[in-house]
Amino acid sequence: MPDRPGLRAAFPSGTGAHRIAAMNGHRFTLSGATLSALPSGALWWGDRALLAVGDLHLGRSSRIARLGGTLLPPYEVAETLGRLDADIARTGARTVLCLGDSFDDLASADLGEDHRLWLTRLMAGRRWIWIEGNHDPGPVALPGEHLRDLALGPLTFRHIAQPGARGEVSGHYHPKMRVAGPARPCFLIDASRVILPAYGAYTGGMDATRPPLSDLMGPGAIACLTGPTPCALPLKGPR
Amino acid sequence: MRALPPAFDDWFSRRGWQVHPHQQAMLDRAGAPALLLVAPTGGGKTLAGFLPSLAELADGAHRGLHTLYISPLKALAADIRRNLTTPVTEMDLPIRIEDRTGDTSHTKRQRQRADPPHILLTTPESLALLLSYEDAPRIFAGLSRVIVDEIHALSESKRGDQLMLCLSRLSRLCPNLRRVGLSATVEDPAAIARFLARHPDPCEVLHADPGPDPDIAMLQTDEPPPWAGGGGRYAIPAILEEVRRHRTTLIFHNTRAQAEIFFHHLWLANEDGLPIGIHHGSLSREARERVEAAMVQGALRAVVCTGSLDLGIDWGDVDLVIQVGAPKNVKRLVQRIGRANHRYNAPSKALLVPANRFEVVECQAALRAVRDHDLDGEPRGPGPRDVLCQHILIAACAAPFDADDLFAEVTSAGPYSGLARPDFDACLEFCATGGYALRAYDRWQRLMRRGGLWSLRDPRSARAIRMNIGTITDAELLKVRLRNRLGGQPLGEVEEGFAASLTPGDTFLIGGQIVRYEGLRDLTVEVSRDPGRDPKVAVFSGTKFSTSTRLTERILAMFGEATWPDLPGHTADWLALQRQVSRLPGADRLLIESFPADGREHLCIYGFAGRNAQQTLGLLVTRRMEDLGLHPLGFVATDYATLIWGLDPVPDARTLLDPAALAEGLDTWLQGNAVMKRTFRNIAQIAGLIERNHPGQRKSGRQATFSTDILYDTLRRHDPGHLLLAVTREEAMRGLVDFARIAAMLDRVGDRIDHLHLTRVTPLAAPLFLEHGKVPVEGAARERLIAETAARLMAEAGLA
Repeated sequence: MPDRPGLRAAFPSGTGAHRIAAMNGHRFTLSGATLSALPSGALWWGDRALLAVGDLHLGRSSRIARLGGTLLPPYEVAETLGRLDADIARTGARTVLCLGDSFDDLASADLGEDHRLWLTRLMAGRRWIWIEGNHDPGPVALPGEHLRDLALGPLTFRHIAQPGARGEVSGHYHPKMRVAGPARPCFLIDASRVILPAYGAYTGGMDATRPPLSDLMGPGAIACLTGPTPCALPLKGPR
Repeated sequence: MRALPPAFDDWFSRRGWQVHPHQQAMLDRAGAPALLLVAPTGGGKTLAGFLPSLAELADGAHRGLHTLYISPLKALAADIRRNLTTPVTEMDLPIRIEDRTGDTSHTKRQRQRADPPHILLTTPESLALLLSYEDAPRIFAGLSRVIVDEIHALSESKRGDQLMLCLSRLSRLCPNLRRVGLSATVEDPAAIARFLARHPDPCEVLHADPGPDPDIAMLQTDEPPPWAGGGGRYAIPAILEEVRRHRTTLIFHNTRAQAEIFFHHLWLANEDGLPIGIHHGSLSREARERVEAAMVQGALRAVVCTGSLDLGIDWGDVDLVIQVGAPKNVKRLVQRIGRANHRYNAPSKALLVPANRFEVVECQAALRAVRDHDLDGEPRGPGPRDVLCQHILIAACAAPFDADDLFAEVTSAGPYSGLARPDFDACLEFCATGGYALRAYDRWQRLMRRGGLWSLRDPRSARAIRMNIGTITDAELLKVRLRNRLGGQPLGEVEEGFAASLTPGDTFLIGGQIVRYEGLRDLTVEVSRDPGRDPKVAVFSGTKFSTSTRLTERILAMFGEATWPDLPGHTADWLALQRQVSRLPGADRLLIESFPADGREHLCIYGFAGRNAQQTLGLLVTRRMEDLGLHPLGFVATDYATLIWGLDPVPDARTLLDPAALAEGLDTWLQGNAVMKRTFRNIAQIAGLIERNHPGQRKSGRQATFSTDILYDTLRRHDPGHLLLAVTREEAMRGLVDFARIAAMLDRVGDRIDHLHLTRVTPLAAPLFLEHGKVPVEGAARERLIAETAARLMAEAGLA
């Protein structure tokens, strides 16, 4: 089974323990790159000191308010940036890559003064890449590189997974899964791709066990739950 | 004495009827600005309410709307229209009567707005919607009387609070509007009068003759009730025998799921093919209407039903009411019994069918209470502010308003008569800007002040506000349809959570038939008929009543008796067995049992404090257990006990129940739990923070659950003083939390706590294992289980 992600590396033989240390997350290999799915929902590529996050949806509450919808609590930007800040500090990332839908729409990139300063401080001294998503399909007035997609070594980073791609890291779908209780956001990992959970605070989710996500993932795919007990389990089959 | 027009006298005498004294009294006091009639079920309440209107409209001089009739049920509005139309047609009165509910067609509703009938029959929600239109002053011009039917039921809910706000608005539009409330027998009529009155004016109360005492007993069965469980299936042969012996029987159940299961098995046992129907709130309108029509024609010998038949639909010839399951509340029982013999001054006949041994005790206690005329009721607090927020938004849809005027209007409504101005202003602020500490939305306010008046910033948002009117926030329901070539017959609705648990091929019961789940399409559950006999049962969110304080006191007093000659032998034996292997709970002691079962350690606390307080006790105690590393997994609460299960045994429960320790931190940690989140979700929907319905699309309930949980957590972290959090706390402390009752219980028992360690489930604890509404504890135990589940699945899949 040469194509299977390196699951055994994550689980030393004989222990049977699938509880993953909160710091390290769930380690696996994709096209030869060793990656960690962190409990926060971020992906860590240690060899490149790269932190990837999917679907921040910054400015979601203010976009809804702007469109005449309800006035949701306007604290999700602080909530999301706070977690990103903690992940960057913990990992010491030299590159941060946001996998698209970083803003709920292009106008949402006009964050308030405080939040723009916070983001600028996070960007300082490291490479920062904005991949375009369907919600933010164009450059925003913020520093950093704005790209449609990015090939880096054996991996390709883009917003929406493409059928047949290999070594692909993407977001877009907001996968979630239920295990022994309410659903939690999860990573989906198979031999050719990893799909990241949404990182933003006010984001819904899509059941990973149903189409289109279940169709997109190959046999032997695993889901890796975020949260206090990050753990890996098979995506398909009885539960 | 005020005389009826001659046509009425003729009509009454042709039918051999006489005007009842209370009907005459209603005519005599027709000019009263506010009037409450308290009459037993079947006392001709509705006609008493309408007679003054019919008399005033008889000369054909009135133009436009004269009387607005509001009932809590759509079906009731339609039923009253039919019943009123008969005398109006027979007396050839020039009166147009129409109903208007969520089921009324769009065309008809448009026409009603343009040309209102003399008498309009509607629901609180439809009235709120009418009041949100810009042309409300024109629609209601000339309105003279408003009749609130079943006000005793409405006064217990937010629907009633909203209705009273609507009446305050109507009184402003029509200053001479007279209010009439029609109530079943209640323990505190003065409280309902205060609820209905236009403050500070009083409301007069009229009492009809309560009629003879009911003929009520427990059903005797050959087979004793089961040790545990619900539904009363064991009693089917005896119940069928009673159905045979009576003209028409109503068989009440406390939940929809139980009604479904019972009906299914009743039908299997119905060898004579007696015509029996089923009626509950989850059935499709078509299905309900078929049963209602058959019932009115006298074509049915029995109807299996739930609270959807609690309220005054006239079912004609009902001569027996059977209550399956404990009545929980004596007042409701008396009202249900009144459905039998819907004739004045004839005793109603009723049978109680306890579904299990514990309910035998409860039924016996209820019988004693009915005989003693000992009605129960819990006073309600002031009008909730989430309903007020919705009312403010509705007001803004209708027209720009002045804050002082609206405050004066709102405080004329009974439930809001004590509202303080700062509380009102906080609600207005919430509607306008979201009311956040961080004033982020000044640019995109929902309401704006222009020239001293408040109005919608974007008039288009009126559509979304109108789509979300109402205070009923049941679990999200999905329609169920038969999948076939013709597009599919609608069968009813199931909870979204239940639908999500189905996989194709699963079978469940709905409308008395077994169906097979085929798939989900466009938010509709598609099913096919299945001839199987063992369905997976639909988990409907049937209303769960909580046993009243009075009834619990009676139960505890019964436990203290040395023997129980009134109780059937099987139940007396069961209580004796409990006394033998453990103890019986008493009024001045607290019994706690520990035992292993199903591979988990269990702790059962018999607090008899009512469902909500027992639920809170579960939350508090599991939290203490979590702190002590006892790995609680979850709990379930009933009116009389809380059952907690976990991975480790509890050595001494007394340490968990120290009142000071329980109270400490209640406010801080209680906020994070599921009960508070559920309360917040309902409040957020009512106050308009979350829209359940969006123009052009429908958000699925589960998504709404997800986001309100996150919103709740975010608000709590960043804006703990927010209005909706305050409302959530207030409502939970009063309703779902009910901490006062825990404190009272602990105070009463003092240090008289008996913690018994037993080897297996006790007779009294057994029923708790079958209770729905289990609350998971989000703690170390869940994390451990997740890890274990993941490990097992990985191993099974050969991936580890």
